[in-house]
Amino acid sequence: MARKKRPIPEINAGSMADIAFLLLIFFLVTTTMDVDSGLSRMLPPPVPENQEPPPPIKDRNVFVVLVNKDNRLLVEGEPMKVKQLREKAKEFIANPRNTETLPEKKETDIKLFGKYPVSKQVISLQNDRGTAYGTYIAVQNELVAAYNELRNELAQQKFGKNFDELNKEQSDAVKEIYPQRISEAEPKNVGGQQ
Amino acid sequence: MAKFNKGKKSGMAPISTASLPDVVFMLLFFFMVTTVLRETELFIRVKLPEATEIKKLEKKSLVSYIYVGPPILKLQQTLGTEPRIQLNDKFSSLSDIRDFIISEREQKDEAEVPFMTTSLKVDEKTKMGIVTDIKQELRNCNALKINYSSRTKIKK
Repeated sequence: MARKKRPIPEINAGSMADIAFLLLIFFLVTTTMDVDSGLSRMLPPPVPENQEPPPPIKDRNVFVVLVNKDNRLLVEGEPMKVKQLREKAKEFIANPRNTETLPEKKETDIKLFGKYPVSKQVISLQNDRGTAYGTYIAVQNELVAAYNELRNELAQQKFGKNFDELNKEQSDAVKEIYPQRISEAEPKNVGGQQ
Repeated sequence: MAKFNKGKKSGMAPISTASLPDVVFMLLFFFMVTTVLRETELFIRVKLPEATEIKKLEKKSLVSYIYVGPPILKLQQTLGTEPRIQLNDKFSSLSDIRDFIISEREQKDEAEVPFMTTSLKVDEKTKMGIVTDIKQELRNCNALKINYSSRTKIKK
């Protein structure tokens, strides 16, 4: 009689936490939380063989950046550090004082801005086959940063917001004023064969 | 004994740990959901370069990866330290890139093909020669959207 009264013993759930911890640690270890990110680029489409060469661009409109196999920079004919490149590129793209040697500007009708002098800048980047990839990315990064800073400045001036916060129409207008034109030359050896 | 218990009853009750498993399970599910198990085993060492102006890659399913770098230490005795290309799970040569891109395209919807991106995961010490060759190859296959994978550099 006494036996029947005894309640069913409860299952001990004390070790449940241990099991869960074990699984938790397994997933913690195998997790890779890194989000893939990087510099996005469009490659130029392949050149058809029998295409005529494009019309030459005036020297003052081209910002030449050369990187040699020792990872040294030659910008517009003078040696330079990667850190200085951003300022130099910004000055070139915007040409704030309409200097003779910097790119020409052309009055263009742009939505929201009206007539606006848009510079005809092109940045030409050439690298050697021996250049380190790290340096190449650093240079690309500085050039993109120059464009982004100029776009931000313009967006702040006109709309009081950062470029990223603009709506489609506004950001398109800003993009039209500062189009990102980074051209990479067809590969060749700069600065000595190895 | 009984006396002892009686005296303690009004004192501090032990903290119940019954909800501990619940808490841990919650954490567990969080990590299970966010986990991305490594899809490919890398045979090469890739230390990505640093950059500040980076964008996140959207739509992971539309991204194909090309890895370039020196072989891992274990394989360096047989393969040397020259940078190599890895596609999926094996070492490849330049001429394999075309087949790789085509097979990646076949797996996807036709409407999605223009949005496909090729992510280049290249070791920062690699020479540009091999990267330029890859870029030329990609141009020839009309895979024009590329992304130079890089690490975030903290802005000063």
